[in-house]
Amino acid sequence: MTTTAPAAAAPGRVRPLRRAPALAAGLVVGLVLLAVLAVVSVGVGARQVAPLDAWHALTAFDPTSFDHAAVRSRVPRTAVALVVGAALGLAGTLMQGLTRNPLGDPGILGINAGASAAVVLGIFVARVSDPRGYVWFAFVGAAAAAVVVHLVASAGREGATPVKLALAGACVAAALTSLVTAVLVTRTDALDTFRFWQVGSVGGRDLSQVAELAPFLVVGAVLALASGRMLDAAALGEDVARGLGQHVGRARAIVGVAVVLLCGAATALAGPIAFVGLVVPHVGRAITGPDHRWLLPYSALLGAALLVVSDVLGRVVAAPGQLEVGLVTAVVGAPVFVALVRRRRLAEL
Amino acid sequence: MSAAAAARDAGPAPDARSAPERPAPDAAVNRVRAVRARGRRRCATVAAVLVVLVVALVVVTLTLGPFKVALVDVVRILGGEQIPGATFIVMEQRLPRLLVALGVGAAFGASGTIIQTLVRNPLASPDVIGITAGASAAAVLGMTVGGLGAVAVAPVAFGGALVTAAGIYVLARRGTISGYRFVLVGVGVAAVLNAVTAWGLTRAEVTEASRALVWITGSLSRASWDQVPVLWAALAVLLPLAALAALRLRALELGDDAAAGLGARVEPAKAGLLVVAVALAAVATAAAGPVAFVAFLSGPLARRLTGGGVSLGASALTGACLVLAADLVATSLLPTALPVGVVTGVLGAPVLLWLLARANRSGEGG
Repeated sequence: MTTTAPAAAAPGRVRPLRRAPALAAGLVVGLVLLAVLAVVSVGVGARQVAPLDAWHALTAFDPTSFDHAAVRSRVPRTAVALVVGAALGLAGTLMQGLTRNPLGDPGILGINAGASAAVVLGIFVARVSDPRGYVWFAFVGAAAAAVVVHLVASAGREGATPVKLALAGACVAAALTSLVTAVLVTRTDALDTFRFWQVGSVGGRDLSQVAELAPFLVVGAVLALASGRMLDAAALGEDVARGLGQHVGRARAIVGVAVVLLCGAATALAGPIAFVGLVVPHVGRAITGPDHRWLLPYSALLGAALLVVSDVLGRVVAAPGQLEVGLVTAVVGAPVFVALVRRRRLAEL
Repeated sequence: MSAAAAARDAGPAPDARSAPERPAPDAAVNRVRAVRARGRRRCATVAAVLVVLVVALVVVTLTLGPFKVALVDVVRILGGEQIPGATFIVMEQRLPRLLVALGVGAAFGASGTIIQTLVRNPLASPDVIGITAGASAAAVLGMTVGGLGAVAVAPVAFGGALVTAAGIYVLARRGTISGYRFVLVGVGVAAVLNAVTAWGLTRAEVTEASRALVWITGSLSRASWDQVPVLWAALAVLLPLAALAALRLRALELGDDAAAGLGARVEPAKAGLLVVAVALAAVATAAAGPVAFVAFLSGPLARRLTGGGVSLGASALTGACLVLAADLVATSLLPTALPVGVVTGVLGAPVLLWLLARANRSGEGG
């Protein structure tokens, strides 16, 4: 990226004018495709419903039809997948942009582990058994882990390099996991609640949970979508960004708050889901180029699409049962991670 | 020890070259000799202290516990005498557990040190780069989906560790085994395997899941005489092989190019070391589960004790000490008996973070 960035920046002055309509049209087409995906998603499962019938179930609900009831029952999980996917896609782009790190992902950087550990504490110490109670713990845990990983990784002369961040994330995750296990081996009831959350799933939630987390997600998304310019400046390096009149510290704080809100809410809702935040920005960059003002909305769209598709895949592959979406995204996303790592030089963004 | 000898053979060369300019070459050579001798003496002292520590821990483990057995009685029991009650406790419960703990600790210690030195990164131990995660995922699937018992699952876990390590090796290989690529591929593979483990834990009754969780924490509670011969036979083969291969570690520590310059055949040496290290980790994991952070901590701790330089023996002894001490804490000092991996995990986590921050500050971390 460092070598290609100057070449891309030169025509960048002209290109937005030419490409803006195309990218905007792409967003609209993407939204339509996402809606189609969502309709397919409510139709797929143990009881298959054709997309057209599924559409009827949503628009003209017939209480006597089993098909329509099945479709209605799949609405919450599809909504959760859309919301969580968009949040994780945005969060991944923010993390990768801010740290200029192609390996940024809430799973790799230990933020999920922080949320997990805090949720276990919530279940264990505060005896929270209602997922609604998890959310505050998830926020605090995600924020604490993010700060610790960043502090540890930025020690040393060369600052937080991608490798150091990934290693710090892995180590923090390993440390937190062993603390979590220490609690869980002594408490079977905590394990029984925790294991179904830990796997990362969009099933079994209802719309009221989405509604409760919506404020956090909306604030996080607004902050994220508004931070495109800051990330573009950050991509030029701290000194240049400062020279361009950016408040680097303030930009970091805003993006950090957005990441914690998005990751924390997504993790509270669906459990720790890895690799969505990793894969989405790379696909998005292939479409939009490095301009974060376009990359961010595309990331939200792609993240939502990826999670809905993964959820559908999990239902199709293991039919009539299901694979939880956390497992599917790990299996889908890991090859991308390995491919990134195998690049000749792990360049910074 | 003979790694030190090799270094001595290679060492004086620069001194000899610069000898004409130096006013007193003999003095310089003598000083280098003196420093090296001090290093060797310190190594020997540390090894002796560690052996004493292991023996002390063995004695404490055999005598103390919920049921106290006098040291004299322990000696008599080991001599073959029958003391009602005490004989059963010592011979059937404490001794096999002790032997498994010793073997597992030594294997993890040696394995971690080899990989950390090979990859030249103190953070690259089998538990961070996914090798034990492979064993855990295989074991959890075996126990929850396959319905195997905690003992029957051992070969499955062994296989899981080997397959994972081979996968990481193939994925990370690109000409040479590059340190960071190896570690990062391992981190990615570990993330996938952790997802598999989390999924496996949801596939069974909570009691099964709880048993599987104890397994992946690392526990000595299922140690029995059946395990001892397999574990120690494997160690009897692998530890000498590791010691043999470790003769190359000193050179590899300097980096691939420098090692090649010193006449080491870098790739075969690395591949051989990796195989031995992975086999050690897999054997230990199959016996007791992935006892958290023992592989990670033994090497750096031993290195601090010996004041630099890799010492496989010191690392293996440190690993044995860690597991014995942690098991003692887990079974005797805590109100409820916990798996040994909980103690090593909780005590090891802060040390891990501290090491990480220190490695980054000194520029070794990445």
